[in-house]
Amino acid sequence: MENKYFKSLEELRVDPSRELEEQSAGDKSFILKLQRESAALPPTSRRDFLKAFGFTIASAAVASSCEQPVRKAIPFLIQPESIIPGKASYYASTFYDGIEYSSVLVKVRDGRPIKIEGNSLSSVTKGGTNARTQASVLNLYDNARYKTPLKDGSETSWEQVDAEVVGKLKEINNRNGKIVLLSSSVISPSTTAAIEEFAQVFPVVQHVEYDVISASGILEANHASFGQAFVPSYRFDKADLIVSFDADFLGSWLSPVEYTKQYVKNRKLVDGQKKMSRHIQFEGTMSLTGTNADYRVQMRPSHQKLVLANLLNELKALNGELKASMPEVSQDVKSLAAELMKHKSASLVVCGSNNKKTQLLVNEINNLLGNYSVTIETDVILKSRQGIDSRMTQLVSEMNEGKVDALIVLDVNPLYDYPEVTKFAEGLKKVGLTVSMPVVTDETSAAVTYICPDHHYLEAWNDAEIKTGFYSLAQPAIRPIFNTRAAQESLLRWAGNTTDFRAYISNYWEKNIYPKTDGLFGFTAFWNKCLHDGIFESGEKDLVPIAYTNAASIEAFESAKGSSAGDVIDLVLYSNVSVGSGKHANNPWLQELPDPVTKACWDNYIMISPRLADELNVVDEQLVSINGSVTLPVIVQPGQEYKTVAVALGYGRQQTGVPANGVGKNLYPMLSLIEGTKSFDVYDVQLAVEAGTYPLAKTQSHHSMEGRELIRDTSLEAYLEDPQSGNETRLEVKKHLKSLYPEATFDGLHWGMAIDLNACTGCNACVVACSSENNVPVVGKEQVIASREMHWIRIDRYYKGDPNDPEVVRQPVMCQHCDNAPCENVCPVAATTHSNEGLNQMAYNRCIGTRYCANNCPYKVRRFNFLDYTGADSFTGNTYDPTDMTTDLRRLVLNPDVTTRAKGVIEKCSFCVQRIQEKKLVAKTEDRQLRDGEVVPACAQACPAEAIVFGNLNDKNSKVSQYFASERNYHLLEEIHTLPSVGYLTKVKNKTV
Amino acid sequence: MYVSPLREPLIRGSKDYSQVTKDILAPMAGKPSKYWYMGITLSGAAALFGAWATFMTVYYGIGTWGLNKTVGWAWDITNFVWWVGIGHAGTFISAILLLFRQKWRTSINRSAEAMTLIAIACAGFFPLIHMGRLLLGFFILPYPNTRALWVNFNSPLLWDVFAITTYLLVSLVFWYIGLIPDLGTVRDKASNKIRKAIYGFLSFGWTGSAKHWSRHETVSLILAGLAAPLVLSVHTIVSFDFATSVIPGWHTTIFPPYFVSGAVFSGFAMVLTLLIVTRKALNLEEYITVGHIENMNKVIIITGSIVGIAYITEFFMAWYSGVEYEQYAFINRATGPYAWAYWIMMTCNVITPQLFWFKKIRTNLVATFIISIFVNIGMWFERFVIVVTSLHRDYLPSSWVMYKPTIVEIGLYVGTLGLFFTLFLLFIRVFPVIAIAEVKSVLKSSGDNKKDSHHE
Repeated sequence: MENKYFKSLEELRVDPSRELEEQSAGDKSFILKLQRESAALPPTSRRDFLKAFGFTIASAAVASSCEQPVRKAIPFLIQPESIIPGKASYYASTFYDGIEYSSVLVKVRDGRPIKIEGNSLSSVTKGGTNARTQASVLNLYDNARYKTPLKDGSETSWEQVDAEVVGKLKEINNRNGKIVLLSSSVISPSTTAAIEEFAQVFPVVQHVEYDVISASGILEANHASFGQAFVPSYRFDKADLIVSFDADFLGSWLSPVEYTKQYVKNRKLVDGQKKMSRHIQFEGTMSLTGTNADYRVQMRPSHQKLVLANLLNELKALNGELKASMPEVSQDVKSLAAELMKHKSASLVVCGSNNKKTQLLVNEINNLLGNYSVTIETDVILKSRQGIDSRMTQLVSEMNEGKVDALIVLDVNPLYDYPEVTKFAEGLKKVGLTVSMPVVTDETSAAVTYICPDHHYLEAWNDAEIKTGFYSLAQPAIRPIFNTRAAQESLLRWAGNTTDFRAYISNYWEKNIYPKTDGLFGFTAFWNKCLHDGIFESGEKDLVPIAYTNAASIEAFESAKGSSAGDVIDLVLYSNVSVGSGKHANNPWLQELPDPVTKACWDNYIMISPRLADELNVVDEQLVSINGSVTLPVIVQPGQEYKTVAVALGYGRQQTGVPANGVGKNLYPMLSLIEGTKSFDVYDVQLAVEAGTYPLAKTQSHHSMEGRELIRDTSLEAYLEDPQSGNETRLEVKKHLKSLYPEATFDGLHWGMAIDLNACTGCNACVVACSSENNVPVVGKEQVIASREMHWIRIDRYYKGDPNDPEVVRQPVMCQHCDNAPCENVCPVAATTHSNEGLNQMAYNRCIGTRYCANNCPYKVRRFNFLDYTGADSFTGNTYDPTDMTTDLRRLVLNPDVTTRAKGVIEKCSFCVQRIQEKKLVAKTEDRQLRDGEVVPACAQACPAEAIVFGNLNDKNSKVSQYFASERNYHLLEEIHTLPSVGYLTKVKNKTV
Repeated sequence: MYVSPLREPLIRGSKDYSQVTKDILAPMAGKPSKYWYMGITLSGAAALFGAWATFMTVYYGIGTWGLNKTVGWAWDITNFVWWVGIGHAGTFISAILLLFRQKWRTSINRSAEAMTLIAIACAGFFPLIHMGRLLLGFFILPYPNTRALWVNFNSPLLWDVFAITTYLLVSLVFWYIGLIPDLGTVRDKASNKIRKAIYGFLSFGWTGSAKHWSRHETVSLILAGLAAPLVLSVHTIVSFDFATSVIPGWHTTIFPPYFVSGAVFSGFAMVLTLLIVTRKALNLEEYITVGHIENMNKVIIITGSIVGIAYITEFFMAWYSGVEYEQYAFINRATGPYAWAYWIMMTCNVITPQLFWFKKIRTNLVATFIISIFVNIGMWFERFVIVVTSLHRDYLPSSWVMYKPTIVEIGLYVGTLGLFFTLFLLFIRVFPVIAIAEVKSVLKSSGDNKKDSHHE
């Protein structure tokens, strides 16, 4: 013991009261000890003072030189029940925008929806989503949303609107005028009921369903064949041979998420599956579906009917009927017919045409092949796309004749997407009462008197029946942000029913849907379960007896015989995977989403074949006009049929908001009615080269793999013979993988990801999901042109073979989380390091932005914040945000678990480390090991093809380990010994070599 | 009959010691010429352009440059390596030539060293400005902090930090030590009180005593010994930035010697460019003679040839290695979209210096001046070719892009050129451009009695 000076003996003795105090303090006694220790410390000396002073001044100087902007955070005064800060809640809901459907889960953090996930309980979409569904959460925070009801463009109150509208409706009703309710296909049973109730109060109401991308051709053809207009349920999973004529069923045709799930199920060669379907695509333009086909046959759209007629002819001949004489086509339909006959009752022929006669030919083909009730179910029908084009035509002429007194527009936008837009506009002027119920500012509502803004679907109660017996519910995940009201509620209110729509739906379900259950539970239990699951599947069938008659088909066949294959240029108007019909064009995520085929974003353009481009002497970005009316830049697209050009619909919005306004050109006016239905193909167009060029934003400008084995593929035949086929190089490479250094080992978890290239269709849902989950900034067209897009995951697309008719391969690439990462050792400040779970991690606030890591990344997946894209920079006034993503409203979509990055910082895929941590915590609190498949990164969650598998590589039974053990597995650029944690399974095409 | 030639005198003209002092101090005295004013206005304007570009970069971000997701370095690192290379001549001349007892270096070492310092300052500017978050640039220093954060000693960028700062400090000290006797001279010759006080302070009380001289010589020799390996190490380490990476075209073991000879090559070219003008403008033709120029041209032939061989070796290795990425990188250099840059480099660095094999050309001032400019350009393009053409097409063709500089990047480059010339112009007004004391030591090297016969 040290020498101690003391004043008295008492001082030397230990104070017993202290001990008592410590004992009574129990666990907290260390605090007392600490207090005493600090009290016992010698007082601050002059030197200490100077040290502290110097440090304070220095740190104050440093701190003040990089001041961070002050952001206000206001805590809850009263903690709401069920909201735990930092913990997300999920609500089951339904996405339906009049065109597409997905059963979804809405992730809500601190009261705001921030992410959409697929609902795996639904047997229709089975947890899959597409890009637009993923992006729909951002529409909730659209700057261009209507905030209050409006009359003639000025703010008003609901009471005022209700009073005036009801007055006018009554007046029209009394004088027996005509009220038209214009909507897209309604799949919500409760909404249908509400509309019926409205029509009962106002018997003069007529409901017109107007589908932008309609299926009138199929509806009318089926009406002729079956006596009932319906869209059947296609079963791509049951077909061994899929033949598609211009139907982009993986991208835009009818129900792409559902079809992708089915399609891929039959083509994945994992878990012992050895069988895969064969897919043959006949098309003029290069579509997402076409690029995935085993065989892709070029066919000009104007030849489609003749090709189908020839095919039917051959099939008939094979069936023993007399072969009719008709003009020949260049495509080999004879062997196709033979192939189809081989797969009788296990084939599926689909056609994207919207022409009744063409669809009648397809019906007859499927009938001959015995596909009905097997791969085409007629007792379960698709309830979306019920709109008959001629009804809309009729409505417009009635409006022009002044026969319509009131028009109530339910979230459709004919002033943008109706082909004869001037005629509609003229007619609209003659309608006395015009009411619109949009969510976001659009062209149509700009021309009406009353705007009664609807809720966004994430704010509203709703239900849906997408297919017979497949019900789902939508519930609000946030209180309405603005002074909006559910459209159904507006209608009900005008009809004098003041029940709120939630109660209305619940009543409807009690009366009409609950009886379809076995009734074991009470209604409340049933309702709660449905609300929790988001879905209810009754298993019911459409009971209408359907008998096939081929009279109409024969007639169509006879008329097709007379047609000839003309030598004209055809224009295909398609809807792409990003903005689609244009309804969601005002969504920065979607605008910046590169097209899976052209890799271009932020515009529409003319896709033109290399041969035609040579003839016209044009190169990319050259302006070309179509029929002298629309001038657009061209993209020379390998694989495009010689005389087929294609332009995407959905662009050229004028009256919505930033960023959609003025992006691209509106091609809807080029659509025309052929035989009563909208034709998405325009035959015989004139192209003229115009002066000048127009820059296009592309995220990939080199299209050849340069002979490198980046995407490895093989044929099914070769694969069955040797599973290693196409991947032989790997064995060679593995032999040479030697290092002087000890191999990295990971004790507990070692995260890895496997991607089945055979499953990935390139739909881009993962890209949007990633942006949404990880707050990936949107940079705008100029920055994409400068090759600075920020996407953490990209889908590389390469062409193979003849540029006029190439094969297409795709590969999603994100950070490969190399266990021997070239990026990590070059960072001078150790801002990027390897975690003990094998993650390559970024410490954003340590990064000083030398970009050395990005240069040294062989996969080029690191992204640099070249400008202040997010407003997170410490300087003010230098934010670069051409797409208005940093407004207070849009910022609500940010995921609070992921830091927004400031200017000058590198960022990249983190394997959704926030999700990993979250699930680890859950496992820890439940005192158990993490289960395989528990952690799902955003990309894997969104993937409708289930192409991405994530898990623990240390667990030999995990799915990802099994994938890694597969002979098909390889790693990208494995030969440079980066030891990536991402594996790819070779692509297998069902092709005869 | 072979008559052994007389040794060429290093200094022309019949000079005595006081004449030497007078000649060399002349540019410092009186008002500067109008050419000086024109020069400093022009270079000052260029420096201001650079200041604007710096502001744009720091305030708006690196996005004001032409970089993108694939090409993360371009003009910034090109300029950095170029300037570092230029900064090699001075120390090479004063340290390595001192150790090799090359007395002719005395006429040029002062200005070459000054040029080195300024070039290193210009070079150091680029690693700083290329940081996305310049204000946090101090993270790169291994300073103790409460967050227990430490730098990554595996990173060549960190090695750069040490290499460059060490080189700058040693060069600065070496240069200043050499200046001290001359500063004493300037002080003694000063007529005005303030000037006397300033130079008196700067000369650290130099008296010229034997003891001072002895210490001065010893320190100089020690520093020369220290600086000599640095000449080799700095560019070796700079080349590690590339050589240790995985990018085809960067990942090459030949880089250290290749970079060092390239650096000396470009350094000598820049010295020539500057001195050919300086000797004329400051009437120092008798001190910096054609003999000096010729000697330097010989260094250029040697280093230029090494560089040329290195270029060819790279191609050989790309073929010999059998690595397809490597092979593509070099084919792309010579035939790809940036082939023009490659061929400028080849012409300027490999072909033009070979003209110096002709005595007529290497003793011709105009030709030397033009070729020195060519070498400067060629060496800039060498770095551009290495940095940009390697990056813009590496492993995955999906990420292949093109790079184009913006006005801001041009501004930064022009700005450093402006800074370089501004500082050099100030240097010739403030310090003796030739080491007076050292020149005096070689004045009699060829014998006094013969000096008239060589006076042409």
